Amino acid sequence: MAFFLQNVFNALQWGSFYSIIALGYCLVYGVLRLINFAHGDIFMTSCYIAFFVITGITAHFTGISGPALFAITLVCTMALTALLGVLIERIAYRPLRRKGVNRLYVVITALMVGFILENGNLAFLGASSRRFPNLLEKSIINIGPIVLTNLKVIVIISAFVVFGILQFIVKKTVFGMSMRAISYDKFAIPLMGIPVNSVITFTFAIGSALAAVAGILFGMSYPVLDPYMGMIIGWKAFIAAVVGGIGEISGAFLGGFMLGFIEIFVIAIFPSSYKDLISFLILMIILTIKPTGFFGVAKSTKI
Amino acid sequence: MGSLLKIDHLTHRFGGLQALTDINIDLKEHQIAGLIGPNGAGKTTVFNLVSGFYIPTEGDISLNGTRLNGMKSHEIAARGIGRTFQNIRLWNEMTVMENICISQHYHLGYGIKDAFLQTKKYKKAEEKIKDEAWALLEKFNLSEHADEFPDNLPYGIQRRVEIARALSLKPKLLLLDEPAAGLSTSDVVGLIDYITWIHDNFDITIWMIEHQMQVIMTLCDQIQVIDFGKEIASGSPADIKSNPAVIKAYLGDETI
Amino acid sequence: MSIRPRKNTKKRDAILMASSIALILILVLLAQLHILNNYMQSVLMFVCVNMIMSSSLNIVNGYMGEFSCGHAGFMAVGAYVSSVLSLILFTDNKITGAALFPPESALVLFPFVIIAGGIAAAFAGLMVAIPSFKTRDDYLAIITIATNYIITTAINNIEKIGASRGLMGMKNTMYGMQKVINLPWMLIWVLLFTLLSVLLIKFLMGSTLGKGITAIRYDEISAEIMSVNTNRMKIIAFMFSSGLAGIAGGLFAHIMGFINPASFNILKSTESLVMVYLGGMGSLSGSLISAVFFTFLLELLRPLQIFKWVIIPLLLILIMQFRPSGLFGNREIFEVVPEVIKKIKSRSAKKKKSEAA
Repeated sequence: MAFFLQNVFNALQWGSFYSIIALGYCLVYGVLRLINFAHGDIFMTSCYIAFFVITGITAHFTGISGPALFAITLVCTMALTALLGVLIERIAYRPLRRKGVNRLYVVITALMVGFILENGNLAFLGASSRRFPNLLEKSIINIGPIVLTNLKVIVIISAFVVFGILQFIVKKTVFGMSMRAISYDKFAIPLMGIPVNSVITFTFAIGSALAAVAGILFGMSYPVLDPYMGMIIGWKAFIAAVVGGIGEISGAFLGGFMLGFIEIFVIAIFPSSYKDLISFLILMIILTIKPTGFFGVAKSTKI
Repeated sequence: MGSLLKIDHLTHRFGGLQALTDINIDLKEHQIAGLIGPNGAGKTTVFNLVSGFYIPTEGDISLNGTRLNGMKSHEIAARGIGRTFQNIRLWNEMTVMENICISQHYHLGYGIKDAFLQTKKYKKAEEKIKDEAWALLEKFNLSEHADEFPDNLPYGIQRRVEIARALSLKPKLLLLDEPAAGLSTSDVVGLIDYITWIHDNFDITIWMIEHQMQVIMTLCDQIQVIDFGKEIASGSPADIKSNPAVIKAYLGDETI
Repeated sequence: MSIRPRKNTKKRDAILMASSIALILILVLLAQLHILNNYMQSVLMFVCVNMIMSSSLNIVNGYMGEFSCGHAGFMAVGAYVSSVLSLILFTDNKITGAALFPPESALVLFPFVIIAGGIAAAFAGLMVAIPSFKTRDDYLAIITIATNYIITTAINNIEKIGASRGLMGMKNTMYGMQKVINLPWMLIWVLLFTLLSVLLIKFLMGSTLGKGITAIRYDEISAEIMSVNTNRMKIIAFMFSSGLAGIAGGLFAHIMGFINPASFNILKSTESLVMVYLGGMGSLSGSLISAVFFTFLLELLRPLQIFKWVIIPLLLILIMQFRPSGLFGNREIFEVVPEVIKKIKSRSAKKKKSEAA
């Protein structure tokens, strides 16, 4: 029983990362019907950005540490990552959208942007992996037989906080309404006075900022950084979004935890090298049976 | 004259939306029939069900006694139902000739192995396919355009190619979905002559959806009117013209 | 009733065929005389492997208009199946012990080993073909990428064939062939299989049967109502495409003498994507020419090492931005080049006219 509960807790923590990243995919897909394959690599880049922000600050300003350092890092990294996301949108995706080309080409471009981020990182920063600096004094909390760390609890809470904020933005603000409107009808919306390009830019900014939150938390939890870390996690988070139903925020969020649970319990039973294989198999099966995911809405085309 | 297409108590729902309710149609051989009604009435849905794109929620569709419900679209096409669409759906990256040849896909007369090995069987079959396509184009006076791409041709010619393509299936039943869409008044007269010519020269039943009353009233011997998925009138052109329910449904449409 | 005008491509096809065979003979001769050294031979062989990969992916991504991003997965299946067979049949190996046949028999059996890899890959293609009945576009793309990962992670977990450490010993097959007659056998087989693949693709896509595949790209619904069994066409297209990739994989494995799952990851699939979109979706000559160009580009960029993998994605992005239709669009070199020449001629004629005036 203790074993089970411990794994549930671990799954919640592990799934939190997937969920936060999945939310980013979901936002962009919801607005543009674009699967931003570069998102996982934006997450990876945010880890590195955070790394450089922290080393930069601690080198020049002694005496800042702990929660203050964390807060500054969070804000700076989110801002810089948001900027990165906006830049990518402006330079790579928008020209194609304006030309009205087949969505296929934008998807390929996204995939390529991801590769450039990974290999550019490797090329410019070298192959030696970086160690994420310690931002938080880890403490252990014992609830009965289950062992928690404060960091893990923070991760889980952050995921829910992020989700809550996002739900609020999407469902209760005018901006959120514009986002949802654009996903239904891109052509009529400008006629209603909604600045489509600005909404899309903001969507990318928010999505990338979310990736940054996941990035910092991930860096704090698993301090070894490497340029390809975004690829596999990005893919898993994407699987999670699709499994949950990529059009729906709540679907993507729950999907992240679902995948977390599947993976943690797979490792508990099978050798860990099977983890990826089983996750991808599940993706295949779900996409074949129910392409819109658990909570997604089916779209029918008029013949 | 036997019954060619029989539609019995056809009812169809898309999720919660009731698209059609209890539609009954009996088409005989060598008829020209019309299906009219206001926009959104469900006319194209009827055609889509006959073509096999959806499986009817309730009811039966039969062609020459064979039940079509659940049959795959390509099989239905091979059994003898040709179809055109509201917007022209020719393959623009293939020549007119290639567009016509595809109709033989169900009855190619050879398999992949023959194509890979370029057997005599394959070569003979391909010759036959091309010869028949050419003969059809000649019959339609379209042979000069055989090697052109459809989007380079004038709209009226594209329409003709589309209908010729549907006829290359050697169908018993031809479904025309708004063939007069986008045509000017003079073109419409040409279309009426064209459809009459087809009817005279091919052993075929023509069933058309149309909004241009001139076309329907001139050509059809039987007309069915549906509105909101239900049949509101059925009969000869004279019957339909004076039917008050029909006039009511068409308030604001073209004068009959 | 007039006689149907026939497009007489027989002469052109005959010339192409004759010059291809002549080219193969010349290359083999140059290799045998060591005028083409080992490095040049290996570049040439990689060009051929890429030609098969590019033209086979073009069937699905070009002619059929789908978005398959996991082509390297099928290459992996072919590579591993043919390599394992090679090792079992011709070498003393760690999997089954002693060789089943003397290594000299490779001379006759090698093509079958490669074809076996192709057949296995063709069946792996069903993993993508069957979902394609109901899914399209982005979702199918994901399935193809997932398939790529599933295949490579599955191989990573099979200890018997080396898992992530890889598999080696395939060069012995070639040595076995050379023991019988000393010829550059690897080059010969690669060239022959490339010619075969190109011919098969040409024959299939030139037939009315193959045109059914193209019909799906533009309008699947129209294809159905014209009696094309689109599901059957999808199976044919995916299996044929994957099968050829498997053949390319088998050849690749025997050229390198060593393979591991990492060689067949999404980066390798990307190489094929670049070649197809560079050459033009639906253009056989385009995909072949871009394969040649791209392989040489890879060789040129080799000293840049990891920067190579910044430049290649950038190249594809630029293609998407400025010329998504690729080099030849969906037509063949025989149609495009005369048009271009005509355009240049008319432009220079216009210039001369305005100068004379």
